[in-house]
Amino acid sequence: MRVRIDLDLCQGHGTCAAEAPEVFSVDEKESKVILLQERPLEALRAQVKAAVKYCPTRAITLIED
Amino acid sequence: MTTADYASDTAPSEVVHPGGAAPPRVSGGIPLLGHLLQLRRDPIELLDRAHRECGEVAELRLANQPLVMFYGEEAQEAFFRAPDEQLDQAAAYPFMKPIFGEGVVFDAPPERRKEALRNQSLREKQMRGHAEVIAAETERMVQRFGAEGEIDLLDFFAELTIYTSSSCLIGKPFREELTPEFAKVYHDLEQGTDAIAYVNANLPIASFRKRDRARKRLVELVTAIMEARKRAGEQKGDLLDVLMRLPKPDGSPRFSADEITGMFISMMFAGHHTTSGTAAWTLLELLRNPQHMKPLLGELDTIFADGQDVSYHALREIPRLENAIKEALRLHPPLIVVMRKVAYDFHYKGWTVKAGKLVGASPAISNRLPECFPEPDRFDPDRYVEGREEDRLHPFGWIPFGAGRHRCVGAAFAMIQLKAVFSVLLRRFEFALAQPADTYRNDHSKMVVQLQQPCRVRYRRREGAPA
Repeated sequence: MRVRIDLDLCQGHGTCAAEAPEVFSVDEKESKVILLQERPLEALRAQVKAAVKYCPTRAITLIED
Repeated sequence: MTTADYASDTAPSEVVHPGGAAPPRVSGGIPLLGHLLQLRRDPIELLDRAHRECGEVAELRLANQPLVMFYGEEAQEAFFRAPDEQLDQAAAYPFMKPIFGEGVVFDAPPERRKEALRNQSLREKQMRGHAEVIAAETERMVQRFGAEGEIDLLDFFAELTIYTSSSCLIGKPFREELTPEFAKVYHDLEQGTDAIAYVNANLPIASFRKRDRARKRLVELVTAIMEARKRAGEQKGDLLDVLMRLPKPDGSPRFSADEITGMFISMMFAGHHTTSGTAAWTLLELLRNPQHMKPLLGELDTIFADGQDVSYHALREIPRLENAIKEALRLHPPLIVVMRKVAYDFHYKGWTVKAGKLVGASPAISNRLPECFPEPDRFDPDRYVEGREEDRLHPFGWIPFGAGRHRCVGAAFAMIQLKAVFSVLLRRFEFALAQPADTYRNDHSKMVVQLQQPCRVRYRRREGAPA
């Protein structure tokens, strides 16, 4: 699985970082997400899916390989 | 009036632009005012007609200001994805300047504006505290309720959301210093958003005079709060304290009471009439569609059976309630049109919109596009259940919060707020319409849409609910 961020949409709310802290972090100065792992481990799938679901700007997509 | 009348006062050189065709024009504009009077009378009819007549790109005129509307998912995506440098938000809303005052947010250059809009209080980690505040404020409002009675939805939710937004965005101490008068005067300010501001935002008309009196009164109320704090000499640790203490290099206060009031007005503005109206419409649609109310109440009872408090559950899923709120937002978006001013020529497909024109998208029209939302006029919260998810399927079609990088920064906060409010109200009271179902409607005569009064509902304490 691969994670893609649409930076046109991201506003840096930090919801993803709360759901999946190993995958996402927030650059508070720029108000944008920082992707820590583009290809997260399978064990993190549930967390990443929650991040996709709860992102208030719908900026995250999960792509299956 | 015909299209020819509309074109007659336009120089021929403006009709065709190099690089792309000029957008087609909507019929019915009158000399000098263009479509402004129609926008004030029935904006949804005008915006819908523009779409039907011209298709995905349609040019209207607000006084001497051309406004090019973009319709449909594809055109709206181009609109919402355009960079700030090209499509300027601030310059598009002349009716806001006398409300915010000089030097507040929208007057700042783009880089300062970015900074000002980055509101720490809307960050994820603040939300639990906000949910607690909102639940407590709702409890306080219903303490005025008897076992049964009637409320006016506009008055009720407008007052409640003044308390919640002042408490969450400015601070609890400031909220405690507010009186119901603040909510009333704030409402007068919102009523001062007549589109006639596209001619001149300071015309000597009644609603603008009322607006200016209201702003002056708010400055007086904030000044009195500041004076009382200075006399008491105590620090309360909220945003008002911080702003009062910031010095200029010479040691004098950096901000006047007028400027601080302007900042508070602008901070509260986006979250006030929007949330208040959505709360009212969510309740009204559920009362008009009781087949959706029953399962929703069942859901609340099941979820809250675990004994956790409202602030806990407002941050978690309450699917039926969320879907009802989303559907109220789709049918009754608080902003019916969003606009930008073109800073340099904007191209879309074969069309060119020249610098200086306004461009816009309409949530009211988009949210009912039949190609995105089957049976668009029907209140159907099940559109959002897994497998349908019409909002996710059409991110640039379902636009009650706008879309793209300027998508409402308070959307998540608004959802939590509404979930907290209804978790209190619906578990304690039963509601019923107090007027014929079709007499509840929005007043579209101002750019800030509000429920038309009277908009009364009856309430009765639910059996077994705590007093």
